[in-house]
Amino acid sequence: MSLLSPRPSERLRKGLDQRKGPKPPSRTPRERLNRRGSLETKAVSGPKRSWLIALILCCATLATLDQTPVLEPARTAVGEALSPLETGAAMIARPLTGVPEWFDTRDDLRDRLAHLEAENSRLRRQVEVTDYGRAKLAEYESITRAAEDLGYALVPARVTAHGPAQTFNRTVTIDAGSAAGIKSDMSVVTGDGLVGRVLRVTKTSATVLLIVDAASVVGGRVGGADRGDKHSGQVGMVRGSGVVAGQADSGLLSLDLVDQTAAPLKGETVVTWGDGRAAPYVSGLPIGEVTDTFASVRDSSRTVRIKPYVDFGSLDVVGVVVPGDTLSDRAVVTPEGELR
Amino acid sequence: MSEMEARASGAAPVLRNVLVGLMIVIAIVLQLSVAPAFAVRGVTPDLALLVVLAVALTRGGQAGLVTGFAAGVLLDLAPPADHTAGRWALALLIVGYVAGRVREGSINHSSQGRPSAMTVMATVACCAFIGVSIFAVSGLILGEAPLTLLPTVAISVGYDLLLAPLLIPMLLWLLGRGDL
Repeated sequence: MSLLSPRPSERLRKGLDQRKGPKPPSRTPRERLNRRGSLETKAVSGPKRSWLIALILCCATLATLDQTPVLEPARTAVGEALSPLETGAAMIARPLTGVPEWFDTRDDLRDRLAHLEAENSRLRRQVEVTDYGRAKLAEYESITRAAEDLGYALVPARVTAHGPAQTFNRTVTIDAGSAAGIKSDMSVVTGDGLVGRVLRVTKTSATVLLIVDAASVVGGRVGGADRGDKHSGQVGMVRGSGVVAGQADSGLLSLDLVDQTAAPLKGETVVTWGDGRAAPYVSGLPIGEVTDTFASVRDSSRTVRIKPYVDFGSLDVVGVVVPGDTLSDRAVVTPEGELR
Repeated sequence: MSEMEARASGAAPVLRNVLVGLMIVIAIVLQLSVAPAFAVRGVTPDLALLVVLAVALTRGGQAGLVTGFAAGVLLDLAPPADHTAGRWALALLIVGYVAGRVREGSINHSSQGRPSAMTVMATVACCAFIGVSIFAVSGLILGEAPLTLLPTVAISVGYDLLLAPLLIPMLLWLLGRGDL
C-alpha cells in the first residue's frame, strides 16, 4: 500500500500545498482530513528528493566557498551572535561543570598530589642546574672543537681542585688519571688554549701544573705574519709570573726571546713549539697574545709580556692531549671531533 | 494521529519554526560551551545532532533535512570551529534525512503514531554513527585528517546513546508542546 504512487491529481495538489506554504483559506482542515483519512500513507511520504540533493549541493558549495575567504564575514557574524551566549552559558553552568570532579576519590587526589610534588621537585632541580648544565655543555663543545682545531686526540676531564695560593704553586687536580690513558708531561688544553702540563698521575686523578706557575717553562713561538726583512716565528721561553692576584701583572706570562733584537708586535699570537708527539708540550697550541714588549737595559734582554688565552680562574672542563691510539676508560675526542 | 498531522502542517508554523530554531541555538551553545566540561577523552556529546534527530522523528524527513542543514551550518560557523564549512551541515542533513525515513517507516508499518523506544534508541545509535562518520570522513577527504577515527566515533556514539534516554523524551515533549 505504501508503494502505491499518488495519483497525478493528488501529487499536483500536494505540490501546490507545499509551494504555497499555509493552506489556502478556501480549504478547511476537515476537508483535508477526509482526504488524508482515505490515503493515509501519502500523508507521511518521504521528503522530496530534490530538497535532499539541493541541500547536499549547498554543503558542497559551502565547502568550496570556504576555501576562499568569502565565508569569513559569515563566521564573524555567527561568532558575534553566539559568543555572548556561549559565555553566558558557560558562566551559568560553571557550578555544573565541576560535577565530574566530585567523583574523584581522596586516593585519586592524593596520587595526583604526590605526582605533582614529584614533578615540581624535578622541575625545580632542572631549573637550578640549567645554567650550570648549559655552561658544561659549552665547555664540552669547546673541547670537541679544540680537538678538531688542534688536530690532537683529547681526553676530557674536569678540574676538581685548585692548589691553594699560599703554596705559590699554581696547580690543579683533574679527575682523569692513568686509567684514562693519561701520563705525566702530557699537555692540558681548553678550547681557548694551553692550560699546562701533567705533573703526576694517580689511577683516577692527575695534577696539572699551570703555565702561570713560576716554575713553568714552555717553549713559545711568536706566530705573526712575516714583515719585510724580518721573519716571524721567533722562539723563546714562556715563563709564568707565579704572581697571585692583586698585582698589575697577575696572571700574565713573560716570553724571553732567543733573538734579542726581535720585537714582536702587540696582539701577535704565541703558540707552543715542540716535536708534535713527545712531552712536555706538543707544538701549535695557542698560549696567549702579546700585550707589550720592553727591554731591560741592565741585562740587555728583551721581555715580552703575554696575556694567556685561558682564564685560569674559571677552569672547569679541560682536555688532555693524548696519542691517537690511547686506551681510555672514558670517551676520547678524536681529531675529527668525534667521540671514541 | 491525523489530527496531530494536520496541526503540524497547518497551525502556527512560525511559532513551531521559532521553537525549533531556539532549540538548535540552545543545543549548539550548550554543546560548545558547557559540554566540553563533561568530555570523555575530548569527545563531547552531540546535542545538536540529538535535536535534529528529535525534530526529524516528530516532523518527518523534510523538516529533519532542513533543520539538520541549518544546525550544521550554524555549527560549522560557530566560533571555535575552524574546519571547512559544510561538513557538519552535510552530516546533520543526512542524519535528519535518515531519522525522517525511520519515522515514516515506523508510522507506515505500525498503527502507532510514535516510533517505539527501541526504534528511537536504534535510530540514535545509527544516526550518531552516520553523523560523526560523515564528519570525520569528509575531513579525511578534505585533508583535515583526524588521526584516530574509530575510537572517537565509538566514544561519540556511546555518549550520544547515554544521553538519548534523558534528552530525547524531553525534546519530543517540547516539540509536541510546540505543536499545540
